[in-house]
Amino acid sequence: MLERLISEAPRFFNYYNTVFLLQAMGNTLLMTVIGCGVGFILGFIIVYLRRSEGLAWLPVRMVLIAYVETFRRIPFLVILFIVLFGVQGIGIQVSLFGVAMISIAIIATAFISEIIRAGFDSIHQTQWDTASAMNFNRLQTLWYVVLPQSWKVILPPAFAFMVMFIKDTALASQLGVVELTFAGKILANRGISAILVYGTILALYFALSYPLTRLGAWMEKRFASPGNH
Amino acid sequence: MDYTFQFGEATRHLPYLLGGAWLSLQIGFLAFWGGAIIGLLGALGKEWGGPVVRGLVNAYVVFFTNTPGLVQIFFLVYALPEVGILLPPYWAVLIGLILNSGAYLTEIQRAGFTSVRRTELEAAETLGMSLMQSVRYVVIPHIAKVLFAPLSNFYIWIVLGTSMAAIFGVEELTGRAINISSSNFRTIEVFIITAAIYIAITVVASLILALIGRHGFRVKAKIF
Amino acid sequence: MPHLEITDLSAAYEADAKVLKDVNMTVDKGEIVSLIGPSGSGKSTLLRVLMGLLRPVGGQVVLDGDAIDYTSKSSLRHVRDRCAIVFQQYNLFQNMNVMRNVSIAPIKIKGWDKKTVEAEAADLLAKVGLADKHKAYPDELSGGQQQRVAIARALALKPEVLLLDEVTSALDPELVNEVLDAIRVLASEGMTMIIVSHEMAFVREVSSKVVMMDEGTVVEAGPPAQIFDAPKTRRAQEFVSKILRH
Repeated sequence: MLERLISEAPRFFNYYNTVFLLQAMGNTLLMTVIGCGVGFILGFIIVYLRRSEGLAWLPVRMVLIAYVETFRRIPFLVILFIVLFGVQGIGIQVSLFGVAMISIAIIATAFISEIIRAGFDSIHQTQWDTASAMNFNRLQTLWYVVLPQSWKVILPPAFAFMVMFIKDTALASQLGVVELTFAGKILANRGISAILVYGTILALYFALSYPLTRLGAWMEKRFASPGNH
Repeated sequence: MDYTFQFGEATRHLPYLLGGAWLSLQIGFLAFWGGAIIGLLGALGKEWGGPVVRGLVNAYVVFFTNTPGLVQIFFLVYALPEVGILLPPYWAVLIGLILNSGAYLTEIQRAGFTSVRRTELEAAETLGMSLMQSVRYVVIPHIAKVLFAPLSNFYIWIVLGTSMAAIFGVEELTGRAINISSSNFRTIEVFIITAAIYIAITVVASLILALIGRHGFRVKAKIF
Repeated sequence: MPHLEITDLSAAYEADAKVLKDVNMTVDKGEIVSLIGPSGSGKSTLLRVLMGLLRPVGGQVVLDGDAIDYTSKSSLRHVRDRCAIVFQQYNLFQNMNVMRNVSIAPIKIKGWDKKTVEAEAADLLAKVGLADKHKAYPDELSGGQQQRVAIARALALKPEVLLLDEVTSALDPELVNEVLDAIRVLASEGMTMIIVSHEMAFVREVSSKVVMMDEGTVVEAGPPAQIFDAPKTRRAQEFVSKILRH
């Protein structure tokens, strides 16, 4: 077996395969970052709207709560299928990469909105009261008072969620999105040793995820230390 | 948008899907408890093992938590035959999920161990408790209380994670949804019903866990 | 006509438990009204209701001839434009330095000129004895210093009425006087104030009127000499005798 690996390795790591794998790795990272980035923005809007007051906004709040609670309970693979067949059913042209990004954004929105909500809740109610007594509206309170204080609470878990999701995006290979796992499947189908191919794919995921995990841990530690404004 | 939903056709398959959901719950259960045992050993090894044991546990945890479970299972299914190990898909999926959850549960349970404070043990000692008694009455209840919420969340996470078994032909909930959709035009309805079943089974699981937590471990769990 | 007139004001945190019951009170321009009474008597709640932080369930508040509708955003903005409050726990914005804390609302909310606001903020900070602390952050200041910043922050809004909610209660005893001194200066300048305080000697010294509250209602109101030396109601007599015993 070892002989086979050694004999196949030079053929496997040729220029074209290397570029192919690195591009696929780039796609994996790209769809995670964009999907979670959209999720972050939408999550913020959800939290903002959930803090609305009054009976008129009650239906909106209920829909948003239902969204957040349900979409954290559906597997990513099922979301991928629903989005895929959904866009086909509506009849709009979306690339497979686009389908994957939309699916990531749908789930990321639900999870990250909870992270943002917890971050806002970590700011004491008195800060909100003080701001509103000084005639800040909700958006001004968030922008000038709450966000500058809560981003240190929000960013580490949101970042950890994104790093976590890098691994979940492997499921997008099922649709045929050319990301890292799909690239591995293609190469394995060409008759290259599966140990070599999937070993390499695992190593590349590790190379992507591990440094980011460490970066996230460092961020969390740094933000937790008091005294930096 | 000229698509009209028709759930009639899809609901015909509800019993079949629910049968798949039962299998999903079983796989989730096995993956959780298998992982919990590995995680307990891992956490013990990391806390009290020698440098070699700690190094091995660390390598295991770091590798499995930084690579996708799906690719780990690909490796079990497609790479192991090259060295003469042939695993049936169900077992490959189960072993993959157990190894994966074992890595996460090592970290979770270790956090529980480190949360026991020395002062609590000292307090138990001043009350005249033996080591066994303080473990029984102080350490374990404390760890159970600290760990209950993260373990509950992880349980839900692993149940959702079992859907990747479908990729290897295991006929759990997602697998059965794929089966139906390949012979049926109401694909989207089938997957929406599938999603609803996932929501239902995880909500029920959360409720049961919250009840167990409240009565068994005096944990005031937030269900939603 | 009084500047601020409170008529039959009621409020509740929960539907069945009223914390304010038919409170009546007037505040004239330039007057200093102090609210005293045991903890939980509704003094702080009254200030929160006046600022619109808790919506009243009944009664009326008239400010300078305008009845305030606490369900209307514009009416609420109007009252918050003219009244400012200082809290027991200072509640400075933790992410801003002292100068920014004082100047942000006038600049960003009222839209006043930045240079003018900052010059006035510097004057106010000098007045409360913090001319050298412009760049400090709240967590670098003592409680007394933070509370003086909070007072300067409220004054920077140029309020017609200043509400002070137990502003010395959270302070270490040796820091109380620096804050009371700042308030004395305001009193001498004719600022209209409603003060909730447990510092009875101070209340007696600065107030033009003392209102004693208990269980959400006004028990007795009058000049300090009446309330402290010759209270008419039995409840006020009890309270005063208790606080004067030590």
